[in-house]
Amino acid sequence: MKLKKESNRTDLLYKVFIYLVLGILALLILVPVVWVIVASVKETTEHYGSPWALPSHIHWQNFADAWNKANMGGYMLHSVTVTAMALAILLVVALPASYCLARFQFVGQGLLKTCFMAGLFINVNYIVVPIYLMLSDGDKWLKTVLGNGFLLNNHFVVAVVYAATALPFTIYLLSSYFATLPHGFEEAAYVDGAGYGRTMIQIIFPLAKPSIITVILFNFLSFWNEYIIIKTLVTERDQWTLPAGLLNLMQAQQSAAEYGPMYAGLVLVMLPVLILYICVQRNLTKGMTVGGLKG
Amino acid sequence: MRSNRRRTAFLLCCVAPAVILFVIFMVIPTVNVFRLSLFQRSTFNPKETFIGLKNFQMLMEDAVFIRSMQNMLLLIVMVTIFTMGTALVFAGILTREKLKGQNFFRIVFYIPNILSVVVISGIFSAIYDVDKGLLNSILNLFGKESVLWKGEQHVITSLVIAMVWQAIGYYMVMYMSSMGAVSESVYEAADLDGASRVNQFFQVTLPLIWTNIRTTLTFFIISTINMAFLFVSAMTGGGPNNSSNVALLYMYNQKNLGGGYGYAMAIGVVIFLVSFGLSALVNKVTDREVLEY
Repeated sequence: MKLKKESNRTDLLYKVFIYLVLGILALLILVPVVWVIVASVKETTEHYGSPWALPSHIHWQNFADAWNKANMGGYMLHSVTVTAMALAILLVVALPASYCLARFQFVGQGLLKTCFMAGLFINVNYIVVPIYLMLSDGDKWLKTVLGNGFLLNNHFVVAVVYAATALPFTIYLLSSYFATLPHGFEEAAYVDGAGYGRTMIQIIFPLAKPSIITVILFNFLSFWNEYIIIKTLVTERDQWTLPAGLLNLMQAQQSAAEYGPMYAGLVLVMLPVLILYICVQRNLTKGMTVGGLKG
Repeated sequence: MRSNRRRTAFLLCCVAPAVILFVIFMVIPTVNVFRLSLFQRSTFNPKETFIGLKNFQMLMEDAVFIRSMQNMLLLIVMVTIFTMGTALVFAGILTREKLKGQNFFRIVFYIPNILSVVVISGIFSAIYDVDKGLLNSILNLFGKESVLWKGEQHVITSLVIAMVWQAIGYYMVMYMSSMGAVSESVYEAADLDGASRVNQFFQVTLPLIWTNIRTTLTFFIISTINMAFLFVSAMTGGGPNNSSNVALLYMYNQKNLGGGYGYAMAIGVVIFLVSFGLSALVNKVTDREVLEY
């Protein structure tokens, strides 16, 4: 009996210890994030006081300054259009391809699968310089032919690059889902007289909805947060997206010491993602098991 | 015959766009990295001159390149050890113990992973700031002197902290899901044999999810090369005095440093080879018999 009691007590101590450690870890993550949100509504003078002091009132002007003067409004618009275009292109291209790779047998299928798998190892930042060179050479050539280049400084091209470099991961994820579906679905549809295309769009894609949502979520995050490609392929600064614009603002504000708009800018980039995350976190952490290879 | 032709047409329509995009924006640029590394091409003149392995010879004598390679490897080793170690231990605790608020912890730990690196580096600028930073204000509270967190001496440590902060939740959630798949009866048997929690973790949990650990480790190393680039370029720009420069950033900056694109791509080739070499090494070292249950 005594032994049991003792082990119960160590059990309890152990539990308290674990809660303590987990709590500290959670605080280490939450405190900086919350701190930035609080700092975004502080007055400029308050930034020179103790960093732990709460603001005397909510200073919304920081957000107005960030939105108008620092062009965050424009960056936000570019972020939305580029991300939306990239997601649309990605889905239109990747869905049919993953379906065919997973469920049909054809010549070169194995080779294609291996190539896309190998693509998982190529990070887009390794190849951003050659992509830039290819597009700028293309522009030079177009200038001699048409008198005008349109490959650089083009949001659509950036969206295509985003989509193309996200293909290996997306195809990997989608085709591993398609491969698990029983073949009966298609056979039934063919018997009913549906063609290949109709079967794919009306029968198979709706079944893959959970996987499609996972794909959209992961790629939304990576497109929305991306800043190297947009900075490289778009040389006009006012055409950048939020993260690139924010980085620009951060480097400028550090010398100007205007912290308020900078933190407001940070919150503007962070907030849409956080809100989306809180709405869909279940899907995201569930999708991890399949998305386990994403870096 | 007709249906066969329709099948081919359908397959072609479906697969061709993906293949075309993949070839144009991934295969050709990758091939170009290797090809251009043998050429000289300046930033302003698109003329390419074949110079063989000269770029690589120059690299071997480039002190900044060697420094940035060392920094890259140092970051990979430190970040991998800290992230993987902590993520595994915490995942082990969270899956094995019946704790209240598990879901809350999972949601919180995953937050850093969804933020842009730019946002994270903004957050950490606030933490590392010399006069108004959170970290120094805590140090001052305990009567310690302020520390130059982004100075030459501490910049790598500061980067490691930020990178671990970012990555830990993702790997924890991932290991939690693979540990959750281990059947309870294995642990019951271990309990009967009198194995302690620590023993169970090392002798039951880890061996059973070993395949998963191996895969994630390989991908983690490759992604850390990239994350190090993102963090360094957003947080320090490689400074001060190249003390935090990493290879990928040095490659990217060649455009402005005047080294030319051929030289930049030679750096790219070295990074490619190192990342494949490291993955192969990790694969070899972690190779053990797969346990099934």
